[in-house]
Amino acid sequence: MKNKTAWDRVTIARTPERPKALDYINEIFTNFIELHGDRAFSDDKSIIGGIAKLEGIPVTVIGEQKGKNAKENIERNFGMPNPEGYRKALRLMKQAEKFGRPIITFIDTPGAYPGMEAEERGQGEAIARNLFEMSKLTVPTISVVIGEGSSGGALAIGVTDIIIMLENSIYSILSPEGFASILYKDATKSQEAADKMKITAKELKKLEIIDEIVEEPEGGAQEDFENVCQNLRNMLSKDIKRLSKIKKDDLVEQRYQKYRKIGGIL
Amino acid sequence: MIIDKIRKINKEEETVKNEKASDMLVGKWVKCSNCKEILYKEDVKKNYSVCPNCGKHFRISARRRVKQIVDEGTFEELDADMQTSDILNFEGYKDKIKLLQEKTKIQEAIKTGIGEINGEKVAIGVMDSNFFMGSMGSVVGEKICRLVEKALQEKLPVILFCVSGGARMQEGMVSLMQMAKTSAAIAKLDEAGLLYVSVLTDPTTGGVTASFASLGDIILAEPGALIGFAGPRVIEQTIKQKLPEGFQSSEFLLEHGFIDKIVERNKMKQTLYEILKLHKSQRK
Ligand SMILES: [Zn+2]
Repeated sequence: MKNKTAWDRVTIARTPERPKALDYINEIFTNFIELHGDRAFSDDKSIIGGIAKLEGIPVTVIGEQKGKNAKENIERNFGMPNPEGYRKALRLMKQAEKFGRPIITFIDTPGAYPGMEAEERGQGEAIARNLFEMSKLTVPTISVVIGEGSSGGALAIGVTDIIIMLENSIYSILSPEGFASILYKDATKSQEAADKMKITAKELKKLEIIDEIVEEPEGGAQEDFENVCQNLRNMLSKDIKRLSKIKKDDLVEQRYQKYRKIGGIL
Repeated sequence: MIIDKIRKINKEEETVKNEKASDMLVGKWVKCSNCKEILYKEDVKKNYSVCPNCGKHFRISARRRVKQIVDEGTFEELDADMQTSDILNFEGYKDKIKLLQEKTKIQEAIKTGIGEINGEKVAIGVMDSNFFMGSMGSVVGEKICRLVEKALQEKLPVILFCVSGGARMQEGMVSLMQMAKTSAAIAKLDEAGLLYVSVLTDPTTGGVTASFASLGDIILAEPGALIGFAGPRVIEQTIKQKLPEGFQSSEFLLEHGFIDKIVERNKMKQTLYEILKLHKSQRK
């Protein structure tokens, strides 16, 4: 891996032309059928999901979808889900469980939407419910951080058996700007914050929070998208084959232990 | 937007400090932060730290909460001395922890243990806003998981009193993952058919709202508590307008279907006892 600062990766992770969830879904999978709605309130366009095939195996795919320009971003709410988005994701995950399909999620969000209606409809409850339910799904689950994975809004589709990060993606408790303004009382110190927060793929792998890293070309995944997707496809395939051999109860228990051991105490 | 959220949390912390200066019984008298009435300290204390004039529920320490809820002499604390290892080796964090421990005389943002409520044995955890604004880092996550695992072993119901500004920034992603870890523990409790009651107190926000606080079989709240995922000022900055009075209050959450019941502090112990009793026949 090349010598980049954490901030270099933040910049790449946020590039408008960086491939988004639907780009990965269309490139890696075949026969994708998008499914809509949470069956309670509406269809949140910042989360997409459906059924597809990964090298011939039916899987459920879910992703946080950002836009590549202003118009798309308005339509996708800049990839910031409302509660109904998380509830749609959960509905599709339970559906996957029913039919024994592995689940693959793509994380790319600045965070859950902090709007008035989001609160009225229980943003906190929706995220909590997903963490709770994902921890006990009986099918193999993999999440892939493709861009910006920020806060509980990212984790809400990320409690999985395996967590993969693209080399230039970031995964953080909140944005470096937010972190800087809270801890240094100065949002312009975001570069310094990015360094200290340990948000890069390499650092998070060292901390044993994530499991695997997909390498990218120098300037980011868009420079050789086909190759990045080929590598990611191989990784997903291999992981799903391995996870599919594990008995349901063991799979759930292993997932529990994976998260159970995260923490630093004396 | 996220920045705003953080600024907001900062401001909240300041407000909390200011409120505390007035709430916190300076000398024999105290001014209510809500109705501005000057109150006699002893009267407030006798009244469960609730304003005798307007009913405002002041924030209370975990120690006092345990006293109010758990039968005297039955509380056995677990993991009382657990410390964070400062896993990210974050500049200044260990010093801040030390300072807070000296100032507050408490070790971390949650106290957990086994105790009895009118003779009913429970596993209970009580968060404390005096320590790092009740933020959840490794210690809070670990203590909750150990408490739940103890409850699983002994087939006990679990009660968690929540108060939190969210995740502990200084532990970064490790803090965020405590949301997954605690929610997974609550899921185990659920699978085992054991009762979990969460009690939301002022304020319950951020990563705690988006994990174990919202997962109770029964969710109670104290009156007038601020409960939400994003804080009010972040939302105001997002929507560029002022929020209506009472937005994200306990009463608002009740109306929108996210909590079961609002319980005044002087009735909390009795209410919890009634709930425990109603679930007793189902326990093995
Ligand atoms: Zn008052």
